[in-house]
Amino acid sequence: MNISVFKFEFRRHLRSVWNWALASAAILFVFFAFFNTLSEQAALMNEVLAQFPEELLRAFGMSELNFASVLGYFSLVYLFIQLFLAIQAGNIGFGLVSIEESELTADFLLTKPVSRRVVLTSKLLAALAALLLTNLLVWPASWGAVMLFRAQQSFEMSKLLLLFLALPLFQLFFLGVGLLVSLMVKRVRSVTPYSLGLAFGAYVLNAFGSVVGDVSMELLTPFKHFDAGAIVQRGGLDAKLVLPNLAFSLLCIAVSYVLYLRRDIHAVS
Amino acid sequence: MGIIEVRNLTKFYGKSRGIVDVSFDVQEGEIFGFIGPNGAGKSTTIRLLLSLIHPTSGSATVFGKDVTTHGPKIRQHIGYLPSEVYYYEGMKVLDLLKYSASFYEGDSTTRLKELSDLMELELNRRISDLSYGNKKKVGIVQGLLHSPKLLFLDEPTSGLDPLMQRKFFDLVRQENARGVTVFFSSHILGEVQRLCTRVGIIREGKMVEISDIKSLQQSNYKKVSLSAPTLDSSALLLPGVSNLVQENGSLNFFYKGDINAVLRALAGLQLSDVAIEAPTLEEIFMHYYE
Repeated sequence: MNISVFKFEFRRHLRSVWNWALASAAILFVFFAFFNTLSEQAALMNEVLAQFPEELLRAFGMSELNFASVLGYFSLVYLFIQLFLAIQAGNIGFGLVSIEESELTADFLLTKPVSRRVVLTSKLLAALAALLLTNLLVWPASWGAVMLFRAQQSFEMSKLLLLFLALPLFQLFFLGVGLLVSLMVKRVRSVTPYSLGLAFGAYVLNAFGSVVGDVSMELLTPFKHFDAGAIVQRGGLDAKLVLPNLAFSLLCIAVSYVLYLRRDIHAVS
Repeated sequence: MGIIEVRNLTKFYGKSRGIVDVSFDVQEGEIFGFIGPNGAGKSTTIRLLLSLIHPTSGSATVFGKDVTTHGPKIRQHIGYLPSEVYYYEGMKVLDLLKYSASFYEGDSTTRLKELSDLMELELNRRISDLSYGNKKKVGIVQGLLHSPKLLFLDEPTSGLDPLMQRKFFDLVRQENARGVTVFFSSHILGEVQRLCTRVGIIREGKMVEISDIKSLQQSNYKKVSLSAPTLDSSALLLPGVSNLVQENGSLNFFYKGDINAVLRALAGLQLSDVAIEAPTLEEIFMHYYE
C-alpha cells in the first residue's frame, strides 16, 4: 500500500461519507419520530395493511413486518438505509479507478513510481475505510433514534447489532460490482447513472422477486441476502445466502485486479 | 549501453495501428528528438516506455530494465511532461506538487521553490483557476521536481508563450548539462533543431530515419537559390538535383551529391545572386513525407 495514495483517496471520499451518513441519520429520525404514534395504533395499522394486496406489501418488504415492535419498525427504515448505502458504495466502486480516466489524471498517477497493484490496493483500502467510517456514523445514529423514540418498549440489542454488522458486508457487493463493471466498459463518463442503476436494479429485483415468488431471482440480489425481516426473525445471518454473496464480491475485486493490471491507459484526445 | 533500448516494438489498438516494428537506442546524456506529424505514433511510443499501455509485441528497456516488468523502479527516475496536462482540479498547486513529490525518494522542498520561482508559478492558486499555459508550467515543475535522470517531453511547448518557451529550453539544457537524458517529442521542427543532438523521424507508425542532426542537415542536401534576369535551367539538369522550381527570375532546388559538379554548372551561368545553404529540418522533414 502507498500511504500518499491512501490519504489522498480517503480525503476524496469524505464528502460522500458525511452526505450519506447525514441522509441516513435524517431518515432514521424522521421515521422513528412517528414510531410512538404508530405503535399505539399498531392493531389498527396492521388491519389497514391487511387490506392491501399481499403482492404490494411484499414488493415494499412489508409483508413480514410488525409495526408494533421496535425491530419490526426498524426493519422498514433499514431498507431505505440499505438503498442509500448501496448508492454510496456503488458511487465509490464505479468511480474508484474510472475517475482518473474521466478526469484525465491517470497519466499523472500511473507515471509515478508505484505499481498498478499498489495503486488499486491503496484505493480499495481507502474506499473500505470510508465505507467503515460511514457505518461508524450510521450505527450510533440508528441506536440513538431507536433509544430516543422506542417508547419504553424493549428489544433485543443483539439483533440490532447484527443488522448493523450486515451493512458493511452489504456495501462490499456494490463496491466490488461497481469496480468490476467500470473496468469492463471502455469509459465511464459519469458515475451516478451506473450506481443508481445498480442500487435500484438490485432493489427492484428483490421487490419483483417477492411479488412473483420466484426464489431464483431473489438469490441474485443482496437486498434479499441481507433482508432485515429475515435477519430479525432468524436471529442470525443466513450463511447459505451471505457466504455466496461475499464470495461473489471478493471475486469481482480479484477480477478487477487482473483487468486493471492489463488495462491500456489511452492518451487524451 | 543505451538509457533507452527499443527493439521491434509494436502496438496495435485492436486493429488500428499504433506503432509497427520500431527500434532505436537513446544514449545517456543526449537530447533525442522524436519527430513526426500528429498520429504518427510519438505518444504511443512514450506511453509504451512509461508502461501506461502494453506492447503487442517487441520489447523495450529503460535503464537496462524491461518496461513491462520493472515499471515502478524505472519510473522512480523518470520525469514526464505530457502534451495535455490535467491535474486534480480542486487542489492547490502547492498541494499537488507536494503530493507528486511524496512518491519519490529524497527531499525536494528547495527544488520546488527554485523551479516554481523560475517558472513564475503561483503556488497558492487552485488548479481549476489556472489557464492552459499555467497548467503547463505546473506540469514542467512537477516533471522536474524529483530530479529525474530521464525526461520524457511530449510536445512540451504548446500553450507556453515565447518567453516561457525560452526559459523552458534553458531549463532543459541546464538539466541536460547535469547529465539528464532527454527524450523530446515534437512536430515543431524548429525547436527540435535548436535543442536536439540526434533525431528519429517517425511516419505512420514506422521509424523512417535515425540520424545525427548535423549530418542530416549538412552531408545530405544543399538548398540552392539563384537569381538572374534570364535563366536557362537546362544547364542544371544534373543527377542529384531535385525539387527544381523556377519563377520570376529566381530558381530554387535541392542538391545531393558532389558539390563541385553543381559549382561548375553554376560557373557557366550569368547570375545576379546565389545562396547555397543547409536546408532547414523542416525542408528535410517534408522530403521524408513526400
